[in-house]
Amino acid sequence: MPPGKAPAGALLRSVRTVFLKDWRSELRTRYAVSALLMFVVTTIAIILFSLGSEGASSDALDGMLWVVIFFAAMSGLSRTFVMEEERGTTLTLQLAAPPAAVFFGKLLFNLVLVTGINAVTVLLYALFINGFVIRTVSIFAVTVALGSIALAAASTIIAAIIARANTRGTLYPVLSFPIMLPLLLSVIEATRKASEGAFFAEAGGEFQLLISYIVVVVVSSSMLFEYIWKD
Amino acid sequence: MSGRVRLDGRELRREFDRRTVFRDVAFSVAAGETLLVTGRNGSGKSTLVRIICGVLTPSAGSVALESGAGRAADPHMYAGLVAPYLQMFEEFSPMENLGLGAGLRGMPFDARRAAGLLERVGLSGRLHDPVRTFSSGMKQRVKYAFALLHDPPLLVLDEPTANLDEEGIALARSVMAEQRQRGILVVATNDLADAAAYERSVDLDASR
Repeated sequence: MPPGKAPAGALLRSVRTVFLKDWRSELRTRYAVSALLMFVVTTIAIILFSLGSEGASSDALDGMLWVVIFFAAMSGLSRTFVMEEERGTTLTLQLAAPPAAVFFGKLLFNLVLVTGINAVTVLLYALFINGFVIRTVSIFAVTVALGSIALAAASTIIAAIIARANTRGTLYPVLSFPIMLPLLLSVIEATRKASEGAFFAEAGGEFQLLISYIVVVVVSSSMLFEYIWKD
Repeated sequence: MSGRVRLDGRELRREFDRRTVFRDVAFSVAAGETLLVTGRNGSGKSTLVRIICGVLTPSAGSVALESGAGRAADPHMYAGLVAPYLQMFEEFSPMENLGLGAGLRGMPFDARRAAGLLERVGLSGRLHDPVRTFSSGMKQRVKYAFALLHDPPLLVLDEPTANLDEEGIALARSVMAEQRQRGILVVATNDLADAAAYERSVDLDASR
């Protein structure tokens, strides 16, 4: 067996440990959840105040939902790697866990985090923003689900890249934007179709693009991660 | 397994930002032997330690850790490290840290063995307290338990007695003596009190 290749059972246990470590750490500190929730509440409140009683077009509101989700992700999802760097535990993880286990464990944690935060964001947005109406719920539900997976996948590998940079706070959204542009355009378009009441099949193109995006990002990230992680 | 373990470093060079830290470093250590790494501050002792542990890639050359029959060994399973710059997960207790150490390696966690190890390093009364409440010497003791949990055939100690009191230093010496019987011991230090006990050595001041 070549070095670094653990048996599948051991690798799964290792992935689970990385995920549970981050999960328990988050339950004890609530650092990422607090940052994300405060960002979501503050941003929705600002949108609410800026719109006042005038409202905005449905297209603009669909786009704004994803602006909130994108920047909320930028404020919290890099924590998973930045936290290890700040606490000096990157070496401990490098020493004990195979790189693939670290990547997939962190990806799983970010996926759970972003799915939960997106659910809260959508709920608050639908409750408080007048004029935001979803007519085809199935399109919207699949869009949010695929969008969350794609967001978690892209933000995990970008967080690993920027974690060791001195300017990581500003670098994260700047580096993320071009990488996430295809994802953002697809979810905004699919959300527009959901609010217009399109048939489910009409959003097939966006769903195919999102699934392709997820596969490409996850596969290429898992291949590149060892090089990012080791040095 | 540990009886046949072997560590070979060939023509190792490491650069940071075009600055060469060391070059042409070579060593060969078999089970039962110890390697002493010495050098001034900034000579690259910790860099070489990281390369030996498989967490840093050399700019040139290679390190091969063989588990026997010419098979390359997985450093995650074969190496244990104690170093001042290695940090435990401080929001967790020593027992939880050892549980994480086993889980990260994909191994089942033996709580009784972990408790025994923590008692051996002198932490019997603090098994479930968060590591962030510990002194630097107590954290160093947790690192010893974390490094020994998986019985590593290769144990790497960077400044092994850092932050330790007399009792802790005696513990470090007993761990080193045991490792000499069990596999390969690598020690990076400038404390040459026991220099005669090392069969192999690398002086990084001579490799710049």
